[in-house]
Amino acid sequence: MLLEIKDLCAGINGKEILKGVNLQINKGEVHAIMGPNGTGKSTLASIIAGRPGYDITRGDILLNGKSLLGMPPEQRAQEGIFLGFQYPVEIPGVSMASFLRAAINETRRYRGQLPLGAVAFARQMKEKEEMVEIKAKMKNRSVNEGFSGGEKKKNEIFQLAMLEPKVAILDETDSGLDIDALRIVAGGVNKCKTEENATVVITHYQRLLEYIVPNYVHILYGGRVVKTGGRELSLELEEKGYDWIKAQVEGEE
Amino acid sequence: MTQKKNEVFNEVTSGDYKYGFVTDIETEFSPKGISEEVVRYISAKKEEPEWLLEFRLKALAKWQTMTMPNWAHLDIPPIDFNDLYYYAAPKKKKLASMDEVDPELIDTFNRLGISLNEQKKLSGVAVDAVIDSVSVKTTFSDSLAELGIVFMSFSEAVKKHPELVRRFVGQAVPSGDNFFSTLNDAVFSDGSFCYIPKGVRCPMDLSTYFRINAEGSGQFERTLIVADEGSYVSYLEGCTAPQRDENQLHAAVVEIILMKDAEVKYSTVQNWYPGNKEGRGGIFNFVTKRGLCRGDHSKLSWTQVETGSAITWKYPGCVLGGDNSVGEFYSVAVTNNYQQADTGSKMIHLGKNTKSTIISKGISAGKSQNSYRGLVRIAPRATGSRNFSQCDSLLLSDTCGAHTFPYIDTANSSSVVEHEATTSKISEEQLFYCQQRGISSETAVGLIVNGYAGAVLKKLPLEFAAEAQKLLNVSLEGSVG
Ligand SMILES: Nc1ncnc2c1ncn2[C@@H]1O[C@H](COP(=O)(O)OP(=O)(O)OP(=O)(O)O)[C@@H](O)[C@H]1O
Ligand SMILES: [Mg+2]
Repeated sequence: MLLEIKDLCAGINGKEILKGVNLQINKGEVHAIMGPNGTGKSTLASIIAGRPGYDITRGDILLNGKSLLGMPPEQRAQEGIFLGFQYPVEIPGVSMASFLRAAINETRRYRGQLPLGAVAFARQMKEKEEMVEIKAKMKNRSVNEGFSGGEKKKNEIFQLAMLEPKVAILDETDSGLDIDALRIVAGGVNKCKTEENATVVITHYQRLLEYIVPNYVHILYGGRVVKTGGRELSLELEEKGYDWIKAQVEGEE
Repeated sequence: MTQKKNEVFNEVTSGDYKYGFVTDIETEFSPKGISEEVVRYISAKKEEPEWLLEFRLKALAKWQTMTMPNWAHLDIPPIDFNDLYYYAAPKKKKLASMDEVDPELIDTFNRLGISLNEQKKLSGVAVDAVIDSVSVKTTFSDSLAELGIVFMSFSEAVKKHPELVRRFVGQAVPSGDNFFSTLNDAVFSDGSFCYIPKGVRCPMDLSTYFRINAEGSGQFERTLIVADEGSYVSYLEGCTAPQRDENQLHAAVVEIILMKDAEVKYSTVQNWYPGNKEGRGGIFNFVTKRGLCRGDHSKLSWTQVETGSAITWKYPGCVLGGDNSVGEFYSVAVTNNYQQADTGSKMIHLGKNTKSTIISKGISAGKSQNSYRGLVRIAPRATGSRNFSQCDSLLLSDTCGAHTFPYIDTANSSSVVEHEATTSKISEEQLFYCQQRGISSETAVGLIVNGYAGAVLKKLPLEFAAEAQKLLNVSLEGSVG
């Protein structure tokens, strides 16, 4: 198993958000996580990536059998966790190129590899640009500075392509994209998929899942995964909304 | 700011000073303290002409009536001006030729990354290397002389080009200008002199490297640059000092005179020993730097990266005398631990349609105090003039202080003065974003700080910019490059 989340309970500022999340993700799979606003989807993604501030009260997160919980965020990234941010931040004055070069070379150092030279790095930038069809006229600009909402999301996918993680968690990468941009972004994500890695997409819309076809769809509700199904589950949600899920969960309780 | 982030910043802002070593050389000192006798001693050591001795004595008399200024936002401990040596020079060893430099000194400069060997062309930069009170070697003097460029130590210029020195010294910083410049007038030792003749573009960067070595001494160098009509030169200045518990005084004067259509770029990377983490030791840096844009359409740019010194008091300025002349000031000032800096610029607009730009980026960490102080004055005659000032502060701790003191004085209505100021912190979001990409928090802070200072670093000559970038990282974050 590539990524395993076991009975994860966590909160912030005394507020309990995740109440026993279980997920099992294998190599080569695409998982979608859906659920109403405020149910803890971004929280789950943040906790996997190691964002500071959360209290983990129970459970574990294992990547290839190794617990991530004791690791600082950069080490989790170096181990192969990538988070596509719902709201990417701007870093004024820092060029995309120097940012990504630092990211790649620190990761290489962690893995005992030699740093990538300037030429090899430039070649990789070019290759990946072509691969994800994201013409990074942005690469000479500062990280996300002055980017439009859509450009920021594309830039997340470009970084995904550059960093080649084991698990990519994409938090609402489709929100705010126009139809063409959605196709480009989804196409980029698909091109990054291999037999060795896995993709987790967090989304509200089944439309994205037409492009990035999931093996599993999970519904996160009230801090737990309350239902898991195939692609058809997202269609059902699209049609019926979340009320029947709520009713079902409340009925069980 | 959260505990966690404070820890990160503490960790990354605890870099060590890399140039703190002492060279063991025999040094010759003037008598201790300051007096007419000492001034005469210095002048005699340098075999100076009578007029220069008089210049010094007049300044001494004036200085003795002055008191140290206390308007800066600095907490300066009392300085006993009679408890230090005003002149310290490495004793000349008996060497094969007059031109030969003591290998010990060559080695010292090598350790500082400065090659005095012209064969090992330091990427086409001519260097004047000054240790304590004397210049030990100026490289490429001869090849520059073929273009009519004079580049040599100040002392040598006094002997070889007395008419030039006498004509221009004190033009930009008049004798008796302020407490520290007047002290320098009286006891200045060595520094560089540079004259670029009419219409000549200096083919290489010229630089002076200042090193304080001797204990119990101060450094009082003086640099004079004259750019004649239509000439151009880019000038670099670097400095370091050994790590000591005592505070050492550095009171320099730099004067630049620009004729019609001349352009000078003056870049400084100031890395004097800043003192230890508890605030003990370090250089007191009181410097007067001023350029006089005498000719029409002349242009002077000051770029400074200030990371060193326990106390920095320094306001490189431009007197824009010629019509359409341009003054620029780009500064990054970093303070950490207990360092204090009060720095900025003075732009005095006298000519018509003169233009000035001030970009100041302060970065404060630890318990340091970092102030920007700037004066923009537009004289009644300076119609159609413009100034734009932008002063930004970046805070890396909750215990540091950042302050901005802009003084604006406009005496005509056709001129425009704009001032912008911002204060920011590195956000936890930015830090986490970098970390999520595999960048350690140390490197992330370095990247963000360099990005913040980028607009100024871009103004530095290429090799110098790389050095400055490294230095920013070192002074803020251990060893990450
Ligand atoms: N710092 C915080 N302090 C208190 N509550 C928080 C904090 N951060 C998040 N929450 C709460 O945790 C809950 C889950 O938030 P989260 O952002 O994970 O939801 P989400 O499922 O991603 O929602 P959306 O679909 O709107 O993006 C919300 O109720 C939110 O208000
Ligand atoms: Mg969310």
